[in-house]
Amino acid sequence: MNSSSGKGSMSTASSSAAWKTGDVVPDKFPAGLRVLVVDDDPTCLMILEKMLRTCLYEVTKCNRAETALCMLRENKNGFDIVISDVHMPDMDGFKLLEHIGLEMDLPVIMMSADDGKHVVMKGVTHGACDYLIKPVRIEALKNIWQHVVRKRRNEWKDFEQSGSVEEGDRQQKQSEDADYSSSANEGNWKSSKKRKDDEDETDERDDTSSLKKPRVVWSVELHQQFVTAVNQLGIDKAVPKKILELMNVPGLTRENVASHLQKYRLYLRRLSGVSQHQGNLNNPFISSQETTFGPLSSLNGLDLQTLAATGQLPAQSLATLQAAGLGRSTAKSGVPLPLVDQRNIFSFENPKLRFGEGQQQHMNNNKQINLLHGIPTTMEPKQLASLHHTAQSIGNINMQVTSHGAQSGQNSSLLMQMAQPQARGPTLDSTVGHAPRLPSSMGQPILSNGIAANVSTRNGIPENIRAPGYNPVSQTSSMLNFPMNHTSELPGNSFPLGSTPGISSLTSRRAFQEEVNSEIKVPSGFMPSYAIFNDLNQHKPQNWELENVGMTFDASQHSNSLQGNLDLTQSVLVQQGFSSRQVNGQSRSAAVVSKAVFSAADGTEHVIAQNVNQHLDSLLVDNTIRVKSERVADASAANLFPDHFGQEDLMSALLKQQEGIAPAENEFAFDGYSMDNIPG
Amino acid sequence: MEVGQMQGRLVDYTKSLFMEGFLDGQFLQLQQLQDESNPDFVVEVVSLFFDDSEKLLNDLTMALDQPNVDFKKVDAHVHQLKGSSSSIGAQRVKNGCIAFRNFCEEQNIEACLRCLQQVKQEYYLVKNKLEALFRLEQQIVAAGGSIPMMEMGF
Repeated sequence: MNSSSGKGSMSTASSSAAWKTGDVVPDKFPAGLRVLVVDDDPTCLMILEKMLRTCLYEVTKCNRAETALCMLRENKNGFDIVISDVHMPDMDGFKLLEHIGLEMDLPVIMMSADDGKHVVMKGVTHGACDYLIKPVRIEALKNIWQHVVRKRRNEWKDFEQSGSVEEGDRQQKQSEDADYSSSANEGNWKSSKKRKDDEDETDERDDTSSLKKPRVVWSVELHQQFVTAVNQLGIDKAVPKKILELMNVPGLTRENVASHLQKYRLYLRRLSGVSQHQGNLNNPFISSQETTFGPLSSLNGLDLQTLAATGQLPAQSLATLQAAGLGRSTAKSGVPLPLVDQRNIFSFENPKLRFGEGQQQHMNNNKQINLLHGIPTTMEPKQLASLHHTAQSIGNINMQVTSHGAQSGQNSSLLMQMAQPQARGPTLDSTVGHAPRLPSSMGQPILSNGIAANVSTRNGIPENIRAPGYNPVSQTSSMLNFPMNHTSELPGNSFPLGSTPGISSLTSRRAFQEEVNSEIKVPSGFMPSYAIFNDLNQHKPQNWELENVGMTFDASQHSNSLQGNLDLTQSVLVQQGFSSRQVNGQSRSAAVVSKAVFSAADGTEHVIAQNVNQHLDSLLVDNTIRVKSERVADASAANLFPDHFGQEDLMSALLKQQEGIAPAENEFAFDGYSMDNIPG
Repeated sequence: MEVGQMQGRLVDYTKSLFMEGFLDGQFLQLQQLQDESNPDFVVEVVSLFFDDSEKLLNDLTMALDQPNVDFKKVDAHVHQLKGSSSSIGAQRVKNGCIAFRNFCEEQNIEACLRCLQQVKQEYYLVKNKLEALFRLEQQIVAAGGSIPMMEMGF
């Protein structure tokens, strides 16, 4: 086996590194691609290794899934792609796939001698980027680099998109790009996320024909209408039929709405989980966060209760959020939360969220994207990916906090709602800050959960974070509640968010975070951004350093200190989101939230982002809110996503949250929410 | 026998194995992977296959010998064998495994036992053939010649 884990192990390491950080593909590429191949069959393993070497890839082989996971965890940035067998004695290949997606967010190719349609479909629904039938020919391996490139491009796109409202096109483009290339990929325009959603639906129904339903292009306007409808109904009650009625768009079917809703929920979850997309930072999230922050502290019992209930948002934070209403720019913690939301929003694959958010909640959000005024880092895609994201999100959050006011209020409610059901779901949803956002309930609850989780883990519980059952981090460090029903334990994703608003989690997080010392004052009640907070706490210093923004972020957070405000959470979220990525490594203890998610903290930030995305999808697939996205939080503390945009994810997560769009209840199998709402 | 002749025999022998279905295109892939840096690649992989397969066949025999046959386990083993045999190009073994799996699904013990026999037979056959092939190659190399690349023109 070669040790291809080190980036620099190969002569083309530099090129691969360069390739990693940007869209630039070095000349030698794909030579030097670092592949991890897992198969219990020694014969196949040897053959594959030889074939991959012949393709000039750097190969590491491994005959056990557990070993592979360890390797991946130890070296988050050590691999570009994973190829795994489906049938393995110690762990099912799909399970490994999920773990990887959640924790590291690397592209994974499944392979098997089994070519049954059902199995291949499983690969798709679990988020594999391709499925190879054995015996594998070298020609099939020659092209695997495309999956790596595609994923990065998608991440970038998400990031970029979050920055502007027009992203819609990008998204489409993105998805289009993503669509073709992988044989197993479906042609979702939304890119993998969407695909996953579809698959999710399909998977549930076990009816592939459902995928064939006519695709509706969700334009910005349409999405905004959708979000408006959802917000009107409330996340809890947003059922496709009613949404359809409210939208009153001729030609739109309930099925279209249903699938879109699913995705949206995922997106929200992701946002809360861990702003997968770094780019999302600036968005609307911020505005919502602001409000949330403010209100957070007060947590009047606003929906926060619900949130709290869900574990996500500390009741207080919710209250505050609510109180802050849209008008309140709690500006507490400087917005971290909003950012998160934003991020979520953005991360939500499509501009939809953005729009939705922009419209409703984030009214302020429009500026979202660049709310980072204060933040030095500009969200340049590239840079953002790594630093900016974090910074931005932070900045955005700050910015938003002030502007949100209104939004947060909304978000809070949303969050609240989301929190509840979500509590389980996406741990990462980093709902924390967003409270209102809950939509990503996943994320948010996660925050709370995460925070709680983190806290718990820190306290010992965090592990649950996975499904961030959002521990209502509320006010007390009781974050641990994670409803995270997700089945999957969100590997690591559960952002150790501990960041649940201010709540003790923050503080506790700090404790955990040791490293982080995050001042993140986790808003005591608000944990929405569970993961985020954790990260924030932890990473703060670190992750944020990248962006400077982060640092400020922290500062603001701390200042807010436990106001229990979402602000912190938000910021925390943001930070967390980022930091979680980064921090994950740090807060290992604390971050337990997603356990796996954060474990990636080491620097798998980008991985996290990816994971989050991936995970979300895969998570959703299982209906468990696996909050993979939350994993983002895992992002290694070291760097917020050196390559990727952790921020982006965070932002998207934030955005999502902000949007307050009904947390994908259905999707995330949160405790409160069952997929029943999902259009059937 | 001089090298040229040996090489001719090797080529003919190899061709016959393909014609008779013992080997398929995947085996060629393996041969193509062999190069100076890995001059014994094919032999190594095939040896690995032999060891692994024998273990699997033993496990299968034991599993089917149980009073309460665990078909899931049997299926898992067969699946594994199918994967590895297909990877090296042992076509007949692979086909035997496919049939075997069908009977596993039906949970038909009798048929499974028959399949197991069948697969074992095919396995030993191809093992013999390949070992003969390698011996031929060794002879050529020992005589100073080089192994001709197979061209599957047929």
